[in-house]
Amino acid sequence: MKFKKYLAENLVPPLLGIALFILFWAVLAQTSENLPGPMKTWDSAVALFSDPFYQKGPNDQGIGWNILASLQRVGVGFGFAALVGIPLGFMVGRFDFLNKMSAPIVNMLRPVSPLAWLPIGLLVLKAANPAAIWVIFISSIWPMIINTAMGVRQLPQDYLNVARVLNLSEWKIFTKILFPATLPYMLTGIRLAIGTAWLVIVAAEMLTGGVGIGFWVWDEWNNLNVEHIIIAIFIVGIVGLLLETLLVKIAKRFSY
Amino acid sequence: MKKYVQIENVQMSFSTKQGTFVALKDIDLKIERGEFITLIGHSGCGKSTLLNLIAGLLMPTEGVMLCADREIAGPGPDRGVVFQNHSLLPWLTCFENVHLAVERVFGATENKAQLHQRTRAALALVDLTHAEHKYPHEISGGMKQRVGIARALSMQPKVLLMDEPFGALDALTRAHLQDELMKIVAATNSTVVMVTHDVDEAVLLSDRIVMMTNGPAATIGEILTVDLPKPRNRLALANDVNYHRLRGAVLEFLYQKQAKKAA
Repeated sequence: MKFKKYLAENLVPPLLGIALFILFWAVLAQTSENLPGPMKTWDSAVALFSDPFYQKGPNDQGIGWNILASLQRVGVGFGFAALVGIPLGFMVGRFDFLNKMSAPIVNMLRPVSPLAWLPIGLLVLKAANPAAIWVIFISSIWPMIINTAMGVRQLPQDYLNVARVLNLSEWKIFTKILFPATLPYMLTGIRLAIGTAWLVIVAAEMLTGGVGIGFWVWDEWNNLNVEHIIIAIFIVGIVGLLLETLLVKIAKRFSY
Repeated sequence: MKKYVQIENVQMSFSTKQGTFVALKDIDLKIERGEFITLIGHSGCGKSTLLNLIAGLLMPTEGVMLCADREIAGPGPDRGVVFQNHSLLPWLTCFENVHLAVERVFGATENKAQLHQRTRAALALVDLTHAEHKYPHEISGGMKQRVGIARALSMQPKVLLMDEPFGALDALTRAHLQDELMKIVAATNSTVVMVTHDVDEAVLLSDRIVMMTNGPAATIGEILTVDLPKPRNRLALANDVNYHRLRGAVLEFLYQKQAKKAA
């Protein structure tokens, strides 16, 4: 009985939402001659995913390779951003001088669309792939700096008093107090960063080409394969959702 | 007998937007080894400020402060502090919270087993051996405060400083912890300075009660010596004439001589 109630409360509403969405899509597709309906898209998706890892030359590879290529770019760019951004965030949060020094630059550059950095990346790095990674780096670094710094600044005075009374060394303060206290904020920064990075990679790859889900969309547009474009939208959405869920899970483990 | 903590002519002022605010002035206090001192006064009288001065968390603007003949130049492990809101680190277990303090004080001279032994001993002292691997959010408020006391005592401080340690607890838990504290202090022969706003607590625990005038520019109004024999028992004291005389004296100071004007 309880299980049934759980189902009714937690499974029925989202399923109903999805069903209505598909119904709306089907009706819309009926009225338009170019937009493929759900059934046609589903058939195309089944065909597409039946062989996700084929390789026929550099410009024709399975959908699996395209997704992995995009994820790899995000991973590398994001990793560099974490390596640079988190230590920077700690320093900006700990030293008010650095905070005031960096604030105008960070605040000015943060609202700039990451894609605007692509030409600079192409110019300096002289290749499309590193330039795409550079764009991911730039888009990920701001939330990491800002959230880490905020976490450091929000450190309760009580904990710092404990550190002073126990006369802890700087290293112990960092490992036992500063880092654990900042970790939830840092993870929020990481979550925001990976969300943005995943948003940006599709657009960046459309511009740089090569293997990747973004360029794949552009390629299918040139082939006028609208089913594949719709499938790509779902793929991007589902992968983004999975990344988000994973990070929320990790964040939950480290919240106090 | 040697004075253990000496506070001479201490003044403490803070600079605010409205100018200099004098919180404490002309504070003179000498505390003997093994003495239990409580600081009592209305809120805002600077009793916590005085405690923070002894702890070294604040520096006096004027005057001299000595602990065991050495000038207090900052916080140090010779003065263990128990905070009002326990201030345990939530990501460490009770054991690890205490161990952090033990490691800092004895880490250079003792091996791992000895440090563990000290940590266990401190937790056993407050009767929390069974909860050593629990996290602060898994235990009650009274237990957290006991871990805080264990942490402070584990450093074998010369003076134990307590800032309204039982203020946030319910009356029954508070009474229980007061009894525990009396036993621990008797067993360890600690020197204690405790801030409180609870008259009964002050009379029950203290050797001397330092009563503070109202701020700003608060100072020590009177010092009352509590000459009740130890060990003290709260039930026996309930009908003790001396206890009521002392309690009356503190009440008279607080509500007659230093009556807080209606806000």
